[in-house]
Amino acid sequence: MKHKTFFWFFLPTALAMLLFIALPLVSIVTQSLYTAHEQVFKTVENCGPFGCKQETTIDQEATAALRDEKPMGKWAGAQIYMDRGHLAVNEVRAAWRSSDSWGAFLSQVSNFPFYSALAFTLTFMFVVTPLCIILGFAIAVGVNSLHRHLKGLVIFFSLLPMIVTPLIGSLILFWMIDSRGILGSGIQWLFDDPNLSLKASTGLTWIMLMVYGVWHSAPFAFVVFYAGLQTLPQDTLESAQIDGATRWQQIRYVVIPHLMPLVTFVALIQMMDNFRVFEPIVGFNASAHATSLSWIIFNDLGGETRQLSAAAATSVLTVIGVAILLSPVLVRTWRDFNEKT
Amino acid sequence: MSLSSRKQPLGLRIFSVSFVAVWLILAAFPFVWTLWGSFKVELDFFSKADWTNAITGARTIAEKGTAFTADGYRGAWVQEEFWKAAINTAIVCLFVVCTSLTIGTLGGYALSRSGYRYTFWLLLAALIFRAIPQLALVSGYLLPFFQWNLWGILPTTIIVLVAINQPFTLWMLHSFFQKIPKDLDESAKVDGCTQFQAFRLVIIPVMWPGVITTGLFSFLLAYNDFQVTSMLLAKENQTMVPKIASFLGTTQTEGNVMFAVASVVSATAPLFILVMFFQRQIVSGLTAGAVKG
Amino acid sequence: MFLKKVATAGAFSLMATASYAACDIDGRVSIVGNEFPAIQTVGKGAQECAGGVVKANLTADHQKINVAGMQGDPAEYTSAIIANSSIVALMNEDVIRPLDDLVAEHGADLKPNQMITIDGKVMAVAFMANAQHLVYRKDVLAEIGVEPPKTYEELLDAAKMIKDKGIMEYPVGGAYAAGWNLAQEFTNMYIGYDGAFFKPGTAEVSINNESGIAALNMMKSLSAYMNPDFLTHDSNATSAEWKAGNVALMNMWGSRVGPLTETEGSTQEIVDNTAIAGPMTVGGGETPATTLWWDGWTVAKNVSDEDAEATFKAMMHAIRPDILNEETSPQAVWLIDGYEPTDAAAGVFDAAERGSVPYPMLPFQGLLHTALGAELADFMQGKESAEQALADTEAAYIAAAKEKGFLQ
Repeated sequence: MKHKTFFWFFLPTALAMLLFIALPLVSIVTQSLYTAHEQVFKTVENCGPFGCKQETTIDQEATAALRDEKPMGKWAGAQIYMDRGHLAVNEVRAAWRSSDSWGAFLSQVSNFPFYSALAFTLTFMFVVTPLCIILGFAIAVGVNSLHRHLKGLVIFFSLLPMIVTPLIGSLILFWMIDSRGILGSGIQWLFDDPNLSLKASTGLTWIMLMVYGVWHSAPFAFVVFYAGLQTLPQDTLESAQIDGATRWQQIRYVVIPHLMPLVTFVALIQMMDNFRVFEPIVGFNASAHATSLSWIIFNDLGGETRQLSAAAATSVLTVIGVAILLSPVLVRTWRDFNEKT
Repeated sequence: MSLSSRKQPLGLRIFSVSFVAVWLILAAFPFVWTLWGSFKVELDFFSKADWTNAITGARTIAEKGTAFTADGYRGAWVQEEFWKAAINTAIVCLFVVCTSLTIGTLGGYALSRSGYRYTFWLLLAALIFRAIPQLALVSGYLLPFFQWNLWGILPTTIIVLVAINQPFTLWMLHSFFQKIPKDLDESAKVDGCTQFQAFRLVIIPVMWPGVITTGLFSFLLAYNDFQVTSMLLAKENQTMVPKIASFLGTTQTEGNVMFAVASVVSATAPLFILVMFFQRQIVSGLTAGAVKG
Repeated sequence: MFLKKVATAGAFSLMATASYAACDIDGRVSIVGNEFPAIQTVGKGAQECAGGVVKANLTADHQKINVAGMQGDPAEYTSAIIANSSIVALMNEDVIRPLDDLVAEHGADLKPNQMITIDGKVMAVAFMANAQHLVYRKDVLAEIGVEPPKTYEELLDAAKMIKDKGIMEYPVGGAYAAGWNLAQEFTNMYIGYDGAFFKPGTAEVSINNESGIAALNMMKSLSAYMNPDFLTHDSNATSAEWKAGNVALMNMWGSRVGPLTETEGSTQEIVDNTAIAGPMTVGGGETPATTLWWDGWTVAKNVSDEDAEATFKAMMHAIRPDILNEETSPQAVWLIDGYEPTDAAAGVFDAAERGSVPYPMLPFQGLLHTALGAELADFMQGKESAEQALADTEAAYIAAAKEKGFLQ
């Protein structure tokens, strides 16, 4: 295709992405490199329904002068990336010097918000993604062997976990797993421990979030794989059958290789989405036990005073994290691409 | 076809059917539970005393006289005018799906037909774009949108949702178009068509299956979105999901929680119809391509 | 369509003349604020005004959009409804205007204690007050033969007796959900121990001290009598526990007491025995371990003078004495003239009379609040010591304050 034709075909989508993703990305990156101006304080008398009090406030005139001089704020370079809320470079170095074993070092490092969030985020991603792919594949194979009249209904019900919005879905589940809800009581009965509470222990909260994660995203893998199964090359399968391949061998040597590109696709999307895990943490009120990078952004933006630069720096780190995690897949795609051209 | 029924031994068959049955229970149980509970009062469905109340409706009987009450639905649809949110959702979904498929097909098609290196880098950029946490993007939109008076209206939200969803759409459609043999449009071009004519006359007729599947995912995104719609829409333009969330709010007033439950159930109904209607296309869509390896 | 508009406008003006305080405005009014019932009442009141367009966007996300929504020129929102914690975000960004002229012209009905003055300028008009205080079950305390606790130490004793007698397993309730709620409880308790958050006149934090440790240890002791899920319980969940009869003692918002005394969602027995008392002290201190709050409205800076005037008039109309009736009076402790305190208001009044402290209106208090909410959960779960948790909080605050330019 000629460059010019390509340009016109690609223009609308490129414009949409440039305006609403690339430009904001540039502003996010810029924001993360600046801090606010030095705030000039003055002590004033504040009065209200409960009497008067001397309190510190910002001297708007003095600060406005600083602000007009440099509207972007103060250049900070990588300072925000290195501070305690992000990579905590100095703190990690201090922890390294002061701890005599790896265990002590790790426990100190996991005390910093970025690393504790990273620990959960990575665990979540590496547990949920493969489980979701396996479950999705198994459901797809199972559904594929059903009678065709049943399929439509089964597909609808299988899609439900993905359809019901995470925010509301987790609200209802949150109640079901309460120690007095149906699932919570069921689990107590199962383990014969009337004091068991899923929400009170870190380990159980992690498991609960991951089970939710698999439950919520398995339908996506299922739909993609199920569709892939419809295109199995009949002839390869038949010749395998003639050669006396067992059912397992057919799956192993015909079906799975056929679905492999799909697995890459699903893995790519799932890893990315799981790395940005956020809604279940809010929905399950789980931030005491588990935080993620996206949750940190949410927390920075959600306070009385919004920390825009901190949130921007975490966003950039998230993007870098995704890029690193996906790089093996990308390198492979690059190689495939070069072979083709 | 394929692995299915032909010679499946009974044991395997029972195993496979019961596996699907277990999955269905897992997938549908919370929803069925919600459907049942939406006809109860809050104290039954969210019982702090005994979860069996949600089944028997003990408090519902005490308060309303019968074990089932439609108060949640009445409150949501009549009192709180949930139908307005439903209309807004319909508008948002329709335009998001149409726009994102239109520009996505053009872009995806171009990516699949151009052999130059930059297509790889464009796909890569799209992937990176998709990695940006939505929260950060949305908070970046607020100030310019307020300044240019674009905040709060449906078109802004529609365009933002389209843009945010473009990377996924492009990847999916790109791999789909790659499965459509290049000879088709090449030969059309040899016959004197321009690239666009080739696309219109040759490719469009065979692309529907993949497009419909991609459309399903765009639809679900627009339908379910909370992060964008809750921040960018004014109260009177709210779609269903932020509306449901507003029933909950920071201070839950009595009864409102059940409005939310009833609306969750209501919001799922159109999807049921949609899936039943499109199920063959969804399957055949992916079949014909998107992801055919 | 046009006819219909004219017709409704006519109907409105008729209604307005019928009620004795008419509200005619000439300009655009657009309000952003939180969504609890008292604010809904104010929003509705403003929308009675005729002559201009009055819009109200009352949503739980108001804090995320109010600053951006007032930064444009002209600002989308002409008024933001805020509290003493959230006015600082608007002050910091300099998006609200002094109201002195408007007060002089249209604010004759305002009581002096409604006006929030900062550095001598009226920046907001308060219409309701709030505070956390004790809520207790009369029947349960009678059963163990104890007076309502005046201090947290007495509350612990009472909780122990209730538990030992087997009346309730987790007799204490509290909004200890990680995040804003947990930070708020620490703020209360730290004030109760006479702690100071910052070195005077600076943004330098100092909470890692005896008061801070004592406050955390008290919170830990209380949590032993709470439902083990306490770190997920916000004030909604805590109220629900109360209504289910699982809790006998809790520190709760005054604005939440009204709904606790309705039988819907509860039983007659619990409702009849729900009683309130003033906030408790702790550690032998004089200052009650609570904070006083007000909610009020502001007017945006970046709007035309006409719109600002219209907004001021509409908001004044919204908080005029006749909005108070049987339905609205129990919604809040109103600061409006003619408000007759309901029974549910006694706790907040007691808090104010006993010299409780308002929640600090400092530019950097919000950053400390966020840091507390995120860092104290580890201590409450027993994962780290009180000193460590406080040191972490200070470090998190310092990083945030540097980013915002409060510290260098």
